[in-house]
Amino acid sequence: MKVLWLQSGGCGGCTQSLLCHEPRPLFDELRGAGIEFVWHPALSEASGEEALTILDDCASGRREFDVLCIEGAMLRGPNGTGKFHLMAGSGRPLTEWVQRLAERAKWVFAIGSCSAWGGFSANTPGNPLEACGLQYDTDTPGGLLGKAFRSQGGLPVVNLAGCPTHPGWIVDTLEKLAFDGLTVHDLDEVGRPLLYAEQLVHHGCPRNEFYEFKASAEKHSDLGCLMENLGCKGTQAHADCNTRPWNGVGSCLKGGYACIACTEPGFESPGHPFQETPKLAGIPIGLPADMPKAWFVALAALSKSATPKRVRDNAVVDHTVVRPGVKKGGK
Amino acid sequence: MKRIQVGPFNRVEGDLEIGLDVDAGRVVAARVNSPLFRGFEQVLVGRDPADALAVVPRICGICSVAQSAAAANALSRLAGVAPPPNGELAGRLVLAAENLADHLTHFYLFFMPDFCRPAYVDRQWHGTAAERFTAQTGSAVAPWLQARARLFNLAGFLAGRWPHTLALQAGGSTKAIGAGERIRIQALLREFRAFVEERLLGDRLEAFAALPDADALHAWAAARNSDAALFLRAASDLGLDAIGRGSERFLSYGAYGLFPAGVWQPDLTVDPLDPAKIAEDVSHAWLHGDAPLPPAQGETRVAADKAGAYTWCKAPRYAGEVVETGALARQLVAGQPLLRSLVARHGGNVVARIVARLIEVARVLPAMEDWLRAIEPGAPFCLPAPLPDSGHAVGLVEAARGGLGHWLSVKRGRIERYQIIAPTTWNFSPRDAAGTPGALEQALVGLPAGDGAPPTVQHVVRSFDPCMVCTVH
Repeated sequence: MKVLWLQSGGCGGCTQSLLCHEPRPLFDELRGAGIEFVWHPALSEASGEEALTILDDCASGRREFDVLCIEGAMLRGPNGTGKFHLMAGSGRPLTEWVQRLAERAKWVFAIGSCSAWGGFSANTPGNPLEACGLQYDTDTPGGLLGKAFRSQGGLPVVNLAGCPTHPGWIVDTLEKLAFDGLTVHDLDEVGRPLLYAEQLVHHGCPRNEFYEFKASAEKHSDLGCLMENLGCKGTQAHADCNTRPWNGVGSCLKGGYACIACTEPGFESPGHPFQETPKLAGIPIGLPADMPKAWFVALAALSKSATPKRVRDNAVVDHTVVRPGVKKGGK
Repeated sequence: MKRIQVGPFNRVEGDLEIGLDVDAGRVVAARVNSPLFRGFEQVLVGRDPADALAVVPRICGICSVAQSAAAANALSRLAGVAPPPNGELAGRLVLAAENLADHLTHFYLFFMPDFCRPAYVDRQWHGTAAERFTAQTGSAVAPWLQARARLFNLAGFLAGRWPHTLALQAGGSTKAIGAGERIRIQALLREFRAFVEERLLGDRLEAFAALPDADALHAWAAARNSDAALFLRAASDLGLDAIGRGSERFLSYGAYGLFPAGVWQPDLTVDPLDPAKIAEDVSHAWLHGDAPLPPAQGETRVAADKAGAYTWCKAPRYAGEVVETGALARQLVAGQPLLRSLVARHGGNVVARIVARLIEVARVLPAMEDWLRAIEPGAPFCLPAPLPDSGHAVGLVEAARGGLGHWLSVKRGRIERYQIIAPTTWNFSPRDAAGTPGALEQALVGLPAGDGAPPTVQHVVRSFDPCMVCTVH
């Protein structure tokens, strides 16, 4: 399976993250699955004219490829000219290249939240870059390719949202496509592969016991649950970050800071400081997915009243001060 | 004379276009175009100051922690709070891991594949180079990706993930590690040391770091078969130690408490750093503005149709002069003897830039081992750092590619102004109002270019390890 990759209004972090693939080094993993890059801006030898020839051959149908991966937002400004990113050496807007290539691609993948939803500019008042995603303007279908777009393979844009994407999300989706195929039933309501987006970040959260008892962190580096005070959206964000480790062992929660829901459209401007939880009458506004407010309030009151001392004390310090008890006789 | 546009100039971070005026097969003038504008400085205005910690890492996927560190540093100063020793050490370890990974990602994935090109097929070293370094398939690529992924497990422990962490805060680090985690990170550092010593150097880190001068380096390279030695032999054969001279001045903000700040001068002395001497000129950028402005008063306003402009990049100058920044600058300012020897004859050059990165790997990795040992499990990693309602602050750090500065103004609890000068903003700056070209633009003049020319321009451009997404931001 041949993959063509381009970058525009993003940071390149999804590629850098992809290179962290474990356990097998990225190129061995892909080669083993029969997946190769036709061209990738950071990783291919071909440069300048050689690279432009490859791209032009792909865009005009002279060279076949399967998956078009686009990393970074689509910058349509200023005034619709696309001049915020003219592809080097070609003098043409990157958006124009993407439109031409998307017509030829069997499948189109938006790599990362910028490419899926539009990135920071699209979430800044006035959208100064006229930025958008491939098939979304933040949470509204449309974007550069339009709501009706379907690639040659019959699918809308596959939105590998995340900021950055986990290497496994990309590799697994490519391999799913290569070996089993990919249909709309493999995607959620906004085009994200279910293989990582049918979970919540909350699932497998190492702070789960603190969450259960509403034993909350009060300041950075505290061990407690980050939902009540420090802005965590893990109970609402779709991704498997706490069951699929980052960099071998990590996740945002394991790193001691809030999930800012980077797989969700509009995460860039949450309407409150990222690391503070907005509340109404002392109750967080953003409640766990699928949980009626009254239930949450009742449960929180009950669990707070039942919090063991160990959990309460450990929640507000940066290392365990009260260890789990050890029963005599091992019972 | 012929004008050619080279691009997409790939195997750099981001998109890059180089305009070359070529006469009789040689470059007579170069113009560097950073073709992507994302407007991060506008994105930051009006937000809560602490939000910078969530926004700025996303300027760059390869220098993400450096961006975090610069913002955290500025916010620490704004709060008037210094992180506790554990927080300082943890932040340093994560930044150093990113910087070392970037140095060798540059070496293995970006820079060395140019030696595999068909233009060099007659060279004695070409077969080995092609076997080791061909893009994606060379035998050196997978071991490097493995070593890199394992090194970034350190970020998994200390920062949750890489890139784009929120672990670095004004008051320190959000992740307190215990004694067990420290043992596991120590094992990761030993594993990385083994990769560097066995594959990259073929020697102990300490032995490589102690090489005193260019002659000793050449003798060292002749005596072994490591990846670094192969580079040095090929580079000598191509004369890359005599080309790529950019500016005569080198700037470092100082790194890790290990390498001092300063500005290396043409007379081989080091001036103390004075950030007040920094100003940005926009005469050749698609931006509004007149006289050069210090970044604390800087502006970023789009003027897409401006006549005479050819890039989105501003032209920062230090005391009005072009400077180069990066590992070579850090090591020159720090008085590292081998690098001083390598620039003595031909100024900044391709070989010196690459060797500076290798020397940093050899010097910083042992320091990381010390920092990790100095962490005291149980002692605090983060202190409260409430921010004032108004104020100004500057965060200066060293990213892999050189000095990175964030200039922050806060008014009534909101970011009023946020200006960033990234390493490649310095190195790939366009001409200023006086018409003086930037460091790379100077380094390209005189090189062979045009039809049938060897890939010399490619070596020189990539020797700077440009990060184009940071450059304009």
